[in-house]
Amino acid sequence: MKKIIGVLCTALILTSLAGCAGTESAVLDTTAIDTEIYSSFDGQGVELNVANWGEYISDGSEGRVDVIDEFEKLTGIKVNYTTYATNEELYAKMRAGAADYDIIVPSDYMVSKLYNEGMLADIDFSKIPNYANIDEKYKNLAFDPENRYSVPYFWGIVGLIYDKNKITEPDFGWEILWDEKYADNLLMFDNPRDAFAIAENLLGLSLNSSDEASLKAAADKLREQKPLVQAYVMDEVFDKMAASEALVAPYYAGDAVTLMEENDHLGFVVPESGTNMFVDSVCIPKTSKNTDAAHLFINFLLEPQVGVANTYAVGYSTPNKKTFELLDDEMKNNGISYLDNDYLTNHTEAFSALPEEADKLMSELWTSIRSGE
Amino acid sequence: MKKLTSAPYLLWMIIFVLVPLFMVAYFAFTDSGGAFTLANIIKTKEYAPIFIKSITFAAISTVICLLLAYPLSYILSSMKLSVQGTMLLIIMLPMWMNFLLRTYAWQALLGNNGIINNLLGLIGIGPFKLLNTQGAVILGMVYDYIPFMILPLYTVMAKIDKSITEAAEDLGCSKLQSVIKITVPLSIPGIISGITMVFVPAISTFIISKMLGGSSNLLIGDLIEMQFLGNAYNPNLGAGIALVLMIIILIVMAIINLIDKSDSDDKVLM
Repeated sequence: MKKIIGVLCTALILTSLAGCAGTESAVLDTTAIDTEIYSSFDGQGVELNVANWGEYISDGSEGRVDVIDEFEKLTGIKVNYTTYATNEELYAKMRAGAADYDIIVPSDYMVSKLYNEGMLADIDFSKIPNYANIDEKYKNLAFDPENRYSVPYFWGIVGLIYDKNKITEPDFGWEILWDEKYADNLLMFDNPRDAFAIAENLLGLSLNSSDEASLKAAADKLREQKPLVQAYVMDEVFDKMAASEALVAPYYAGDAVTLMEENDHLGFVVPESGTNMFVDSVCIPKTSKNTDAAHLFINFLLEPQVGVANTYAVGYSTPNKKTFELLDDEMKNNGISYLDNDYLTNHTEAFSALPEEADKLMSELWTSIRSGE
Repeated sequence: MKKLTSAPYLLWMIIFVLVPLFMVAYFAFTDSGGAFTLANIIKTKEYAPIFIKSITFAAISTVICLLLAYPLSYILSSMKLSVQGTMLLIIMLPMWMNFLLRTYAWQALLGNNGIINNLLGLIGIGPFKLLNTQGAVILGMVYDYIPFMILPLYTVMAKIDKSITEAAEDLGCSKLQSVIKITVPLSIPGIISGITMVFVPAISTFIISKMLGGSSNLLIGDLIEMQFLGNAYNPNLGAGIALVLMIIILIVMAIINLIDKSDSDDKVLM
């Protein structure tokens, strides 16, 4: 009798597991894709190690296209997909030498830092015909002036996600993060570069300040803010803002779009005083052993249809003009993802790599802010 | 023959314990260029308040774990054998679930709009600030590590010969007296290993404080994590802090073992 019950239980568990796996994801429309070039690795057992930001690709959830799965089906290449939460974490993993990534997606300043330290391979653009889809505006940017080692993936700006029901002030900017009214209801970036940028903007400094006095002034500003901060977070912003655990948090515009789709009580403000504009780019580390497959993967990401799937999934702004044309008006005109050119050119500043000394000082100041009372 | 069978274990110890220890020490005493320096160790001094906080938190949670686990283990060990297995299973059951998930669940329970505050709200009190406090961190530690206290205590107590306590009671000891005079002294080894198994992970945890502690409860584990996994990349300083922490733990363990030794000398029954 016991045995029969055991078998029944096992069967029950197995069927319920199968039920979970049953949620269908959409299938990619491959009619517009030249499948010819993707077949060169079929059956060779090639593996590709991809490291990307968390929540930064269409992964088949909520009935969307599973981009990685589609790429595997199309090419026969097996993708090992891992995620990281900050540029600094990616850098640490690469520096430690333990990671053997073929594809990484660092932001602008980290692209140039990695390149300056000799960790990025040059990309052979003749193997990426879809590079032509990238808007000229996003080529030859400061972190890769000759377009040699990076391909733009998404871009965006930093702004403030806030609870529309609780914060009713008409206009506010970064200073709200220092407002005692909202003590213990503020979240803050848990990475030095983004956190310093906010303080620097408030102090009227460049977001790329590298002199000791400016960095220390920004650090003092952040120290002054600390007693008001509920928690220093990255992707935890999603949960905390959705559950109304906090009222305001600085974060990336693309994630704000995703959050606002599901939560009516949230709004997004782009501070008038200016902000950081970032471009996350796909790069191939020098340690990559499958550079040809890596190029193929980049080309796949630049397919207009793949870009559309990713754009709807992650909410960030696409640098791919063919993808942009395929987006619906709601996405194009949501007032967050594609701001007018005047604001972008006059009020945003991109990060560039800081000189080593400044970088080190910022790290030390950040440690002392976070560890101080 | 004996040597041969222990070879894999020795090899394992050398590769995964000894070599990493030397690497931590190497990093701790060098700068990013590889030159010898004491700067990392000296800099650790700046983080003394965090060390003190971590030790305090770990000590408090260890004491709470011991106070909760001791009576529980006692009750457990005096149950019928068939019931003991089931009860032990119930205690171990939460441990089968991922540690992160269990800590994450406390976020949902303790939040301002969490389940506890919502329930309190129904009867018109609160909301209280439960999450992002020192109490939440200690609660998380106790909750996550208490099975490590229960297990060794239970194992030791289950092995205590029933006839000894029975003899004590025959000779006129009350129930309480027999616990104090017989069970406690005989369970000292379990208490020591329980303390070790709770205190050591608690002092170096980083994820519990990160998830439940908010902005101002950074612990030593978080500080080390910051130096290695980015945000303030400095593995040399991280190794320095880790080395100092290791020495502190070593000293604490030595003191505890000393207590153990002096205690077992007095033991008549052993």
